[in-house]
Amino acid sequence: MTLQDLQAILPLIVVAATAVTVMLVISFYRNQTVSAMLTLSGLLMAGACLSINWGSAPYKVDPLLRIDGFANFYIGFLLVASFVVTVLSHSYLEKYRMERGEFYVLLLLSVLGALTLAAADHFVTFFLGLELLSVSLYVMVGYIFTKEKALEAAVKYLFLAAATSAFLLFGMALFYAELGTMEFSSIAARLQDDAPIRSAYITAGTILIIAGAAFKLSVVPFHMWTPDIYQGAPAPVTAFLATVSKGCVVAVLLRFFSAIDLQAYSGIFNALAAVTAASMLAGNLLALLQDNIKRILAYSSIAHFGYLLVAFLSGGDAGAAAATFYLVTYFAATLVAFGTIGYLSPTDQEADTIEDYRGLFWRRPGPAILLGIAIFSLLGLPLTAGFMGKFFVVGAGTGAELWALLIILAASSATGLYYYLRIVIAMYTIGDDAEIHRQKTAPPPFAASVGTTLAVLAIFAIAVGVYPEPVISLVNTATESLEAFVQTDVTPEPTQAGQ
Amino acid sequence: MMLPLLLAIPLVGGLAAWIAGLRSATAPRWIALVATTIPLVIALPLWAAHPGDSWIAAFEAPWIPAAGIEIYLAIDGLGILMILLTFFLGIVSVLVSWSSIKKRTGFYYFNLLLILAGTAGVFTSLDLFLFFFCWELMVLPMYFIIGIWGHENRNYAAIKFFLFTQASGLLLLIAILGLHFAHAAETGIHTFRYEALLDTELSPGLGMGLMLGFFVAFAVKLPAFPFHTWLADAHTEAPTAGSVILAGLLLKTAGYGLIRFTVPLFPEAAATFAPLAMTLGVIGILYGAKLAFAQHDLKRLIAYTSISHMGFVLVGVFAWNTWALQGVVLQMIAHGLSTGALFILAGGIQERLHTRDMNRMGGFWRDAPRMAALALFFAMASLGLPGLGNFAGEFLILLGSFQASVVTTVFAALGIVGATVYSLWIIQRVFHGPPPVSPRLPDLSLRELVVLATLAAGLLALGLYPRPVMQTAQPVISIIQNTAGSASVASHMLPMEPPREAATVANAPSVFSQYPAIDSPRSPPFLLGARMDAAGPTATPDPSFEP
Repeated sequence: MTLQDLQAILPLIVVAATAVTVMLVISFYRNQTVSAMLTLSGLLMAGACLSINWGSAPYKVDPLLRIDGFANFYIGFLLVASFVVTVLSHSYLEKYRMERGEFYVLLLLSVLGALTLAAADHFVTFFLGLELLSVSLYVMVGYIFTKEKALEAAVKYLFLAAATSAFLLFGMALFYAELGTMEFSSIAARLQDDAPIRSAYITAGTILIIAGAAFKLSVVPFHMWTPDIYQGAPAPVTAFLATVSKGCVVAVLLRFFSAIDLQAYSGIFNALAAVTAASMLAGNLLALLQDNIKRILAYSSIAHFGYLLVAFLSGGDAGAAAATFYLVTYFAATLVAFGTIGYLSPTDQEADTIEDYRGLFWRRPGPAILLGIAIFSLLGLPLTAGFMGKFFVVGAGTGAELWALLIILAASSATGLYYYLRIVIAMYTIGDDAEIHRQKTAPPPFAASVGTTLAVLAIFAIAVGVYPEPVISLVNTATESLEAFVQTDVTPEPTQAGQ
Repeated sequence: MMLPLLLAIPLVGGLAAWIAGLRSATAPRWIALVATTIPLVIALPLWAAHPGDSWIAAFEAPWIPAAGIEIYLAIDGLGILMILLTFFLGIVSVLVSWSSIKKRTGFYYFNLLLILAGTAGVFTSLDLFLFFFCWELMVLPMYFIIGIWGHENRNYAAIKFFLFTQASGLLLLIAILGLHFAHAAETGIHTFRYEALLDTELSPGLGMGLMLGFFVAFAVKLPAFPFHTWLADAHTEAPTAGSVILAGLLLKTAGYGLIRFTVPLFPEAAATFAPLAMTLGVIGILYGAKLAFAQHDLKRLIAYTSISHMGFVLVGVFAWNTWALQGVVLQMIAHGLSTGALFILAGGIQERLHTRDMNRMGGFWRDAPRMAALALFFAMASLGLPGLGNFAGEFLILLGSFQASVVTTVFAALGIVGATVYSLWIIQRVFHGPPPVSPRLPDLSLRELVVLATLAAGLLALGLYPRPVMQTAQPVISIIQNTAGSASVASHMLPMEPPREAATVANAPSVFSQYPAIDSPRSPPFLLGARMDAAGPTATPDPSFEP
């Protein structure tokens, strides 16, 4: 390892070092605010280190990681989301009298896993990152074990995630057996050099890898875990599951599939299109049956990743940019939604039935407006980021002429309206029992940190909805380097992906 | 710079009203009144200064250059009429809500003004993305107005409204994007500009698909049969001002969209589709009238009459000749005024009696003669009494559609008989008959009287002297007609058109010379004026036509 290598992966090193520091500090001095502060400053420092690398030429840490514009963008973006989750967790955990310091160690380790995935250029880092992310998450999901359903959720997540890791490993093994390499860029080169090599091994391997990733993204048919675990996990952990742990998988998928040309495998392409359609439909239709807001958001996330896959399937630069942009808008809305839920949750219980939100708009306008903005953004109404996100996804899909998927997108997201509106309706209805609920869900003293963070995110969501240009140019720069990665390393002639 | 103000003032006013509403219940009303009056005051001189056949005003600014999206607002004769209608009805709906909305006035007026901003945006945007943005912007506040301040079954109605408009909105988005990419594939330029997209060559299949996307979105909002089912619920449950805005403005955005976008962008597809569209229009006219007759809920009845009247708009647009289009413009304005007034009356009755059930009404003429007289006036307008605005509109539409399709016109004309029946039915059930057992009905207040009298005056003016409106709309209609290549639509459907029309079409120049390029709004409009002269006024009816 050279000094240059170290500099390139400095953000990752800082996060890892922070995890160790927090762990050491806990063993001498237990104070959850101190742990949280250390975590936050570690994430900030990682961000600062990132800004050193920002804009520099793509750099390969041979052979495992690639630090380029794409990786840097995702690292920065995941760091911001992790920062928000840390702030949310701090105020959430304040309500519990238990050992809380370790939570931050776990959180930092999962973040490290996520960052590794964002920069992965090799099956080893792919797998390592994913495991680092998942193993810490098993514990985080069940961290507040006194809570109803927490352990059930944790165990469920453990079993299913472990099973899909096996899928993933097997898929990677098949690639290795056929091509003798585990590096994305050389996989791409071998596939390109020798077209007939697209054997059953590669097809099966691709399917298995997609299955492994699909589990993390919770798309149909690997979505079964989502509602239970969203419901059982503490709200900040749910926020983390819904955003960071999915975002980094999108990053690695985009990179992996910019290396292998998905359009060339029509069978896999069609299967993925079916998965996409099924996710949009199942997510939106099943959410209609729910009364629990966390479960509703779980099903809606299934649908949202269906939308994102539409962009993914569109392929090329536009597809990757649309998927990334969509992810940014989805992150903002989801973090605000779960942040508000966590903030409103009383001790030992989540404010997660629709009843808990009855009349919220009239008695606590602040959180209600935040949740409202989040929901409208998820719905994709104008003036919110979600509108722009949906626009670019539909744009990418139209550009690639995926008409059938687009029609399903339109129909299913219109269905989605109904369950989102149920929450909104509850918020502005005044029931006779509003007073009772007010007492039941009286939140702890207002945490200024959470309020400010969520307000900033909500303002961001609106700002992107009104003037998305800065974010778009950031995203475009990032995804251009993804193209560059394919073109410079893989093939002498331009690939088809750019069309 | 005037155009962004038209959008910004209601937006800022809305926010101000919301904030002021936290302190006081009265302040938002005054803020809303000011925020609707100023745009009207801005827009009136624009109308007066209307030079005839070019954009009256335009505004351009980059928005999302990466995707070829701009803030591109421009207004012509059609736009200015619609803008005037928007803010006039805006003031009316603020006044109507003055005493009936007592709670949470701040948030109420915020929503009201947001709808007006969205509507004004729809009538002025010429960037299709911006158009869609504003189109969607109208939906959520309307949902809140129905859902929070509506009547008994408000949540059902609000969700139904939202579902219909949202689903159709997404179709519109897909169609807009499809057009955008077709244009980009053809020219390599990514743009959402209206004039640029007008020139796109589409294969028949794609053209039909995209046209249907536009058509369905507008047909849902219009609403045309068979997409009309949301309207009755939304109208019935909405508060009075909500109904006024819904009938007066939101429905008109659909008519405007059909004229401005559906047909000009896809002339061939629209020509192929025209017989079906006109049939749907006729079904809407007759079916709406029949359903209206069967209601005993007063607001529901008026809602169905809207469906019937909007059927005329659909027939007129797809007849696509100058008479019919002039009629459509008049009909849209007149219907906005007359139906708005009927909803105000129905709302007034409900406020006093707490029921909309006509079985529990009757004999109100004795107690409330002013209300009854005005109701009679607006019922007459609705049934198409000559001398009132609706007559002028419907007559011109029938005149135009007769040349396109005789059979359609015959059936459409039957709708006027239906209108007579249900209009008189309202008067008979509510105001005639034995005197009510219920306590005396208080007559109109001064505020209501002023509002209704203004609306009545507007209808009367429109009926007796429609010339200013027709003159304002005329150049736009000619341009749009030529742009749409009347060759395809008109010659296909209008064998009875004067032969000179065909000559006009033959040398109809390209779109860009038809519409003065907006990048140089100061460029003299003579190019276009010359073209207009060459096109010959004979292709247009005498603008001084008076029924």
